[in-house]
Amino acid sequence: MMTLTLAVRNLLRNRRRSLATLLAMAIGATSILLFGGFSTNVNYELHTRHVQKGGHLQIQHRDFYLYGSGNPTAYGIADYTNILAAIQSDEALQKMVLVATPTLQFSGIAGNYAAGVSRTIMGTGFVAEDINRMRHWNDFDLRTKAPLSALEGAAADAAVVGTGVARVLQLCDALKIERCPKPEKEQKADSLALPDDIAQLSLQETPAASGATGTNPRRIEVLVVNARGAPNVTSLEVIRAEDQGIKELDEVSLMMRLAQLQQLIYGQTSPKATSIMLQLRHSDQIPAAKARLAPILANFSTKQPLAMLDFRALNPFYVQTMLMFDTIFGFVFVLIGGIVLFTVSNTMNTTVVERTVEIGTLRAMGLRRSGILRLFVTEGALLGLFGAVIGVALALVLSVVINQIGMPWLPPGNVELVPFTVNVWGENGMILGTTFGLICIAILSAWWPAHRAARLDVVEALRHV
Amino acid sequence: MAILTQVEKTYHMDSVSVPVINGVDIVVRRACFTVLMGPSGSGKTTLLNMIGCIDKPDKGEVIVADCKVGNLTDDALSDFRAKNIGFIFQNFNLLPVLSAYENIEYPLLLAGVSAKKRGERVLKLLDAVGLGDKAKNFPGQLSGGQRQRVAIARALARKPKLVIADEPTANLDSQTGAAILALMRRMVERYEASFIFSSHDPYVINAADDTIFLTDGTIRGVRRKGADDVP
Repeated sequence: MMTLTLAVRNLLRNRRRSLATLLAMAIGATSILLFGGFSTNVNYELHTRHVQKGGHLQIQHRDFYLYGSGNPTAYGIADYTNILAAIQSDEALQKMVLVATPTLQFSGIAGNYAAGVSRTIMGTGFVAEDINRMRHWNDFDLRTKAPLSALEGAAADAAVVGTGVARVLQLCDALKIERCPKPEKEQKADSLALPDDIAQLSLQETPAASGATGTNPRRIEVLVVNARGAPNVTSLEVIRAEDQGIKELDEVSLMMRLAQLQQLIYGQTSPKATSIMLQLRHSDQIPAAKARLAPILANFSTKQPLAMLDFRALNPFYVQTMLMFDTIFGFVFVLIGGIVLFTVSNTMNTTVVERTVEIGTLRAMGLRRSGILRLFVTEGALLGLFGAVIGVALALVLSVVINQIGMPWLPPGNVELVPFTVNVWGENGMILGTTFGLICIAILSAWWPAHRAARLDVVEALRHV
Repeated sequence: MAILTQVEKTYHMDSVSVPVINGVDIVVRRACFTVLMGPSGSGKTTLLNMIGCIDKPDKGEVIVADCKVGNLTDDALSDFRAKNIGFIFQNFNLLPVLSAYENIEYPLLLAGVSAKKRGERVLKLLDAVGLGDKAKNFPGQLSGGQRQRVAIARALARKPKLVIADEPTANLDSQTGAAILALMRRMVERYEASFIFSSHDPYVINAADDTIFLTDGTIRGVRRKGADDVP
């Protein structure tokens, strides 16, 4: 008790120096927490985006994740309706699962016959109503809302494409896409020009040129390979182009209704799905949901090997991004911790020199070396505690101010500006960790000067001027 | 109370060795007021430090309160000092962040004395040194004489057998110095503690029971009140 009293009063003894040290620590703590808050917000944004898009868990053919991109339809789940029924009838899963919905991926070629252009695509068929329900998931109370799919309530042959697909297929005018440059047509060299008769024939074959009227300029044709390996074509009306955020994805994405796609690929045979997406109420229910799903899937795995993958496994980019942020956070913490270490150590060293006679007096009166060590370490710990507490308070206030300002920024992979947000309030683990970490650093930095003080020769200390 | 036998001490500064105590024998009597008298550099403070167990001789033996202190560990020496020895310093050396009351209380806290007993003891000592009304004052709010009174009370807090005072009146004016001397004299009688202090002020000889004359680290003579001088 006396050690604590002495430590507090000694800190108050040189108020200006203590205040300067506290401020250095507080600013350090605030910086750590604000960056941590930003990093946490990025985590929540990415987490939410992936869960809104693909759910928490996906049931797939065991090999679909690794090999499915080559020929997605080859890895379809035959019993998916029964699996869905089993999931929906399970009492425990009912409490956890918000949405359970099938999707079907495919690859093919999309062409704008009228414009004479085509390109390969990676498409998805889904139940738009379910997908839009998934996009309402917002467990972290983010301020940004996910855009809903335009396929809900649209015609059966409606499709949504990436803006890159729309650009290549020359649908920009029809879809009224802004900032969509058209390619400059190159003058063909005479030697490469078509012979007149063939050019005339080609012109006649072009519907627009041949005078065909009433053609829908948003109509495209999609060529796929059906379940039996034969080509199949359907005509779709593109109702919207959506920026997918990543150029490579934006230039191949096509989304359409599941039933239409299944009809296209499986015809009259029983349809399949490549994934069953499960969105849970909360992300921390993933282990429980997995445990509950395992026996259900085991029943259906006799005919085809099935696997459960969570959104982290399905989105390595998310994991890598968060790993990068964690690494930067660790680096920032070490950097600021080093500054705090140096500041507190410097303060304590000065204090020891100034109080050398006092140390000698205390030792002469019978205070053991450990008592001196305890006294100075307590002073360091108090500096750490108060500095961290002030830093936390400052970070809490600043986070409110920053969030109120709502400065817009575009995170990587995003298609829309989002308000710059830092999550400090409610991040108790981060706050406690930072506080505890800074106290430990302060104790560590006080330890060496304290040790030096404790080892002082009593006579030399008393003689100190 | 303290016996020093053939004590020697040499300080080593860089390549220079300075002998400060040369084979000194001293006996500090129980409940006596002993003065170490000598000019600056005669070794008074070094001898006091050794008697006070904060310094060790290079040679010889130091016995304080019937204990050979030469073999004690640092922690044991700390405990020994806390229990048996009180210190009064020339510059008072009060803890500036503690009040007069708390300064006197501190040695009792180190000893783990109960709060009730601490309170009684501190108030009694404050009254004894005439500072009953200054208990809450911090050292900065006290005069030099008052500070030294607090230091005396602090030195006596744990009822030590021996009180070491290194030139306790050097920083005080003559009138205050005389008052402090008289107070220490009263404390010897009241608490039956042995006081040993250093001074080069001839005035203090009259107040002492025993006076040890020291020059260049060697005892030149010992005067015991009521006895002939010992050369």
